[in-house]
Amino acid sequence: MTRKPGTSVTLKTIYLVFLAAFLLFLFVPLIINGILAFNNDEVPSFPWRGATLGWFYSADDGQVGVFNDAKMIRAITTSLRVAVFVTILSLVVGTTTSFLFVRENFWGKQALYFAIIAPLVIPGVILGISILVFFHGIIGILKSIVGPELARDLARPLRPGGLLVSLGQFSFIGTIATLVISARLRKFPVEQEEAAMDLGASRWGAIFSVTIPFLFPALLSAGILAFLLSFENFSTTLFLIGPKPTLPIFLYSRLRFFITPEINAISVILMGGTALLGLIAMSFRGRSETG
Amino acid sequence: MESQTDPHDNRGQIDVEKASKPFPWFRAVCLVPLLIWIFVLLVGPHIQLFTISFIKNRHPEEGFYLGNYAKFFAEPIYWRIFLRTAVYSIGTTFFTLAICFPAAFFLAKVAKGRWKVGLILLVVLPFWISELVRTYSWMIMLRETGVINWILVNLGILSQPVEMLYNDYAIFVGLVYASMLFMLLPIYGVLDGLDDSLIEAAQDLGATRWTILWEIVWPHSLPGVTSGCIIVFMLALGNYLTPTLMGGKNSLYFTETIYNQFIVCWNWNQGAAFGFLLLILSGFFVWVGLKLTRQKLTEVVK
Repeated sequence: MTRKPGTSVTLKTIYLVFLAAFLLFLFVPLIINGILAFNNDEVPSFPWRGATLGWFYSADDGQVGVFNDAKMIRAITTSLRVAVFVTILSLVVGTTTSFLFVRENFWGKQALYFAIIAPLVIPGVILGISILVFFHGIIGILKSIVGPELARDLARPLRPGGLLVSLGQFSFIGTIATLVISARLRKFPVEQEEAAMDLGASRWGAIFSVTIPFLFPALLSAGILAFLLSFENFSTTLFLIGPKPTLPIFLYSRLRFFITPEINAISVILMGGTALLGLIAMSFRGRSETG
Repeated sequence: MESQTDPHDNRGQIDVEKASKPFPWFRAVCLVPLLIWIFVLLVGPHIQLFTISFIKNRHPEEGFYLGNYAKFFAEPIYWRIFLRTAVYSIGTTFFTLAICFPAAFFLAKVAKGRWKVGLILLVVLPFWISELVRTYSWMIMLRETGVINWILVNLGILSQPVEMLYNDYAIFVGLVYASMLFMLLPIYGVLDGLDDSLIEAAQDLGATRWTILWEIVWPHSLPGVTSGCIIVFMLALGNYLTPTLMGGKNSLYFTETIYNQFIVCWNWNQGAAFGFLLLILSGFFVWVGLKLTRQKLTEVVK
């Protein structure tokens, strides 16, 4: 204990009251958000008018539930596709980059390391607009080379849409994945890989049969982190979406105009999902740091 | 990255070299995705952003043009919003520090055993949740038909509901709420590493509680405080969601100005100039933060 016996009781009380207020500030809004998803009222507020699951399942005109809201489902699907793609990309590139930074020495390494750390201190909005203007520029160059007709088809994936959203999100999520994976790789005893090679494994074989399994806890927690960060990303995505919005962008446009407890219902689903994934990631992260 | 920065530790290095020598493809395979990432998604885009900010909208033939930046200084509305955004972000950073430091101290030094693990899990969980859900939770608390109004009216404190959302205080609450964990965790990290025996020794030597806090705990926590402040400042500065959803019609935020130039006015050149100004502001604060505490960026992000 860091406190002496007999120190001021008032201070101690103030401290405890502060801590309680801190926890209430954190949790009360989220808990109330969750409770109101089940309230049978058109406005997400009290008084309590009886429990309902309508905001999840109903198909009535006055009470459209999440699972019967075609636009909502479409936005969730879009977000899932982007998030899966970003997760795979972050894991693959995060792993190769970690090998490079942990194992290899080459000219310009520090500069490259600095370059991938930078996105952590660049506002997401800036990442979004810079990628938007860059790819617009590439389309312009493409047009002048192959002519407008052919460029229209070639450039389609480079216009705002799924690919640009994924690349924009990857530009900083890749950094986070790299940091998590390289922290684990640095603990890997290289002798194990050599032992596998002495026993006849090729270099690639040794990496896939010894090193990658060692990295597994870090890959899992980096993957979950990447998935969640992608799924909830707003600022970067905002500038890069095409006609199909991701879930956060879709919810944002809803929130500006009308609010129903349907949004509480999707909140409950998102909170449950993230809490579950978050717990898994944290338990594996603990293991990857101690193991 | 201890392994590279220590030039005296050759032992590991030799092993690494032996392992990588008969394997030239490996480096190439790892290098290509990294270079694409850096040049196509980071360096190229920022050069392009910088370049088009010096071009006149719809008149690229005029060549080098400073008008986009001149407009920022000539029209008070733009630099006022810019300053407002900076002040809000600094305010958010200090306020977040003030409430997170005591909480981090409790988690690191007062809570013990199972309690500690449980509390940390509890505090971290809300921040895995989407920013949009967190902002929305505060919206339904503060709205005119919201929960706080319902409570206050029912308790007889208010005779009729008051709109508490859509003003500058609401933005502030939202910004603090959005960034708390990013302050809490780094400070918790450094305080957890502070040896209790240092504090006990100071107590034995007769130091008062404030002396211990000021002379031992605070200096030790500085690296964590710096990373926390840098991250929170940057998140507040670049936030678009909270100010636009929780702020009123007159509470403009600089990210909103950038969005309007890009998507509403379709003036990318002007938007790029504003974007660059925001980038300079955030870069400047990160630099000041690092200088003040004599740290390097690569250490802070670890």
